[in-house]
Amino acid sequence: MDAIITVEHLTKTFGEGPAAVQDISFTVARGSIVAFLGPNGAGKSTTIKMLTTLLRPTAGTIRIAGHDPATNPDAVRHAFGIVFQDPSLDEDLTAFENLEFHGVLYGVPKETRRARITELLALVELSDRKDDFVRNFSGGMKRRLEIARGLLHHPQILFLDEPTLGLDPQTRNHLWSYVEKLNREEGITVFFTTHYMEEADRVAQHIAIIDHGRIVAEGSGAALKKQTKSNSLEDAFLMLTGNEIRAEAGNSLDRMRNMRSMHRGARR
Amino acid sequence: MNGISVMWLREVKRFFRSKSRIVGSLGQPLLFLVALGYGLGPVFQQAGQGNYLEFIAPGIIGMSIIFTSIFNGMQVIWDRQFGFLKETMVAPVSRLSIMFGRTLGGATVAALQGALVLVLTMLVGFRPISWTGIIPALVVMLLIALLFSALGMVVASLLRDMQGFQLIMNFLVMPLFFLSGALFPLNNVPPALLLVARFDPLSYGVDALRLFLLGQGVFNITLDIAVLVGMIGVFLALGSYFFSRIEV
Repeated sequence: MDAIITVEHLTKTFGEGPAAVQDISFTVARGSIVAFLGPNGAGKSTTIKMLTTLLRPTAGTIRIAGHDPATNPDAVRHAFGIVFQDPSLDEDLTAFENLEFHGVLYGVPKETRRARITELLALVELSDRKDDFVRNFSGGMKRRLEIARGLLHHPQILFLDEPTLGLDPQTRNHLWSYVEKLNREEGITVFFTTHYMEEADRVAQHIAIIDHGRIVAEGSGAALKKQTKSNSLEDAFLMLTGNEIRAEAGNSLDRMRNMRSMHRGARR
Repeated sequence: MNGISVMWLREVKRFFRSKSRIVGSLGQPLLFLVALGYGLGPVFQQAGQGNYLEFIAPGIIGMSIIFTSIFNGMQVIWDRQFGFLKETMVAPVSRLSIMFGRTLGGATVAALQGALVLVLTMLVGFRPISWTGIIPALVVMLLIALLFSALGMVVASLLRDMQGFQLIMNFLVMPLFFLSGALFPLNNVPPALLLVARFDPLSYGVDALRLFLLGQGVFNITLDIAVLVGMIGVFLALGSYFFSRIEV
């Protein structure tokens, strides 16, 4: 198997607390679609941040497309595109400008950039909205635009951190068909997290389940169901990670609402 | 290089887009000019100090620059809250260039704002001593803007959210403005106040503006420029250090 992501004995601790990620190892095959599942606080986001150069591991090694994020972050950054859990567009710019800025930041030459932007806007069906401000976009449109942006610099890997959170079933469905099409036609490796088990079961060829910072199970959806003698991936997931409810950090939308009201109050 | 130019362009684009922000930020200087300039003018004249409106005009320009540039620097907190900061942090450009680009962009915007306020002061009756003095005055405005944009970046890199914004306004920006001699002459104040003003970089900025626009000041121009340039260096260095340590 040609591995595009190799993770060995990866560990991350914050301060004195228990390790957020404890000695995990896994590989992702080039061209595959992999789901990374786990309850809240299991270590998913921490792992993604380490893979995408946003956090330095406490211990262990990572190789992304042949490079080590710790020693060669820029090579790693060229190799992946990412759609974050929370929106990360500049709302005061147009759809086109958001893509254009990304292209310049990634050093994509002008000719290629323009052609690629046109192509991607068509792919995510936003061609007719290219000059509209992102602040007027719906949640689903923003997501699609972020996917287009993540793909602009021709990455080999696309990271999607809960890409379908808060989207209606139609948009979710659409979004996964883009992702599958990209995987099929451009050979992009996709690594995603989600809380919707049926999505993972449908889309992912390989699933890893993380809990309390450790990988508790790995395999195809069918294999996981077989292993736990469950009918659905949701049941298998609950069997593997238990039934108790996990503490959730303040959701980003709540934080944003807070900020908005603070902003209005604090403006001079 | 890409990082710097793109971040600069972003700031400038956003400035020209938000007409309401431009108009809104002219309101406060206008109020200060009219209320203080005309309100305190007669008292100032009786004390034998000359025309107060002319005296505070450079101070009000300094005020609008310091407010705009610190606020622009603190825009980073916004970007962190709304996620855009992450997009720049995973891009294959150095954090240093992102920080520089933002600072330059914020400073350009604040200096433009300062130039607008200069026009405004002229509309309400301010007459610079010479037209040629305006060119070096514009350079001074850019220096003041750079200095406080860099300071804004330092502050923003240290704060996690906008909760601290009021604190910064009341305990950093307001004292910097009020203690700088923007509103009163520094040559007759109590020694303690003069000492405080000497530690305030804005004092030197306003002083340089007054030298070029009015032909009067308390420090000399070499000292003014040296302090401005030196402090820009200090805050840029601190800003790059703290910005490189941001975790998103």
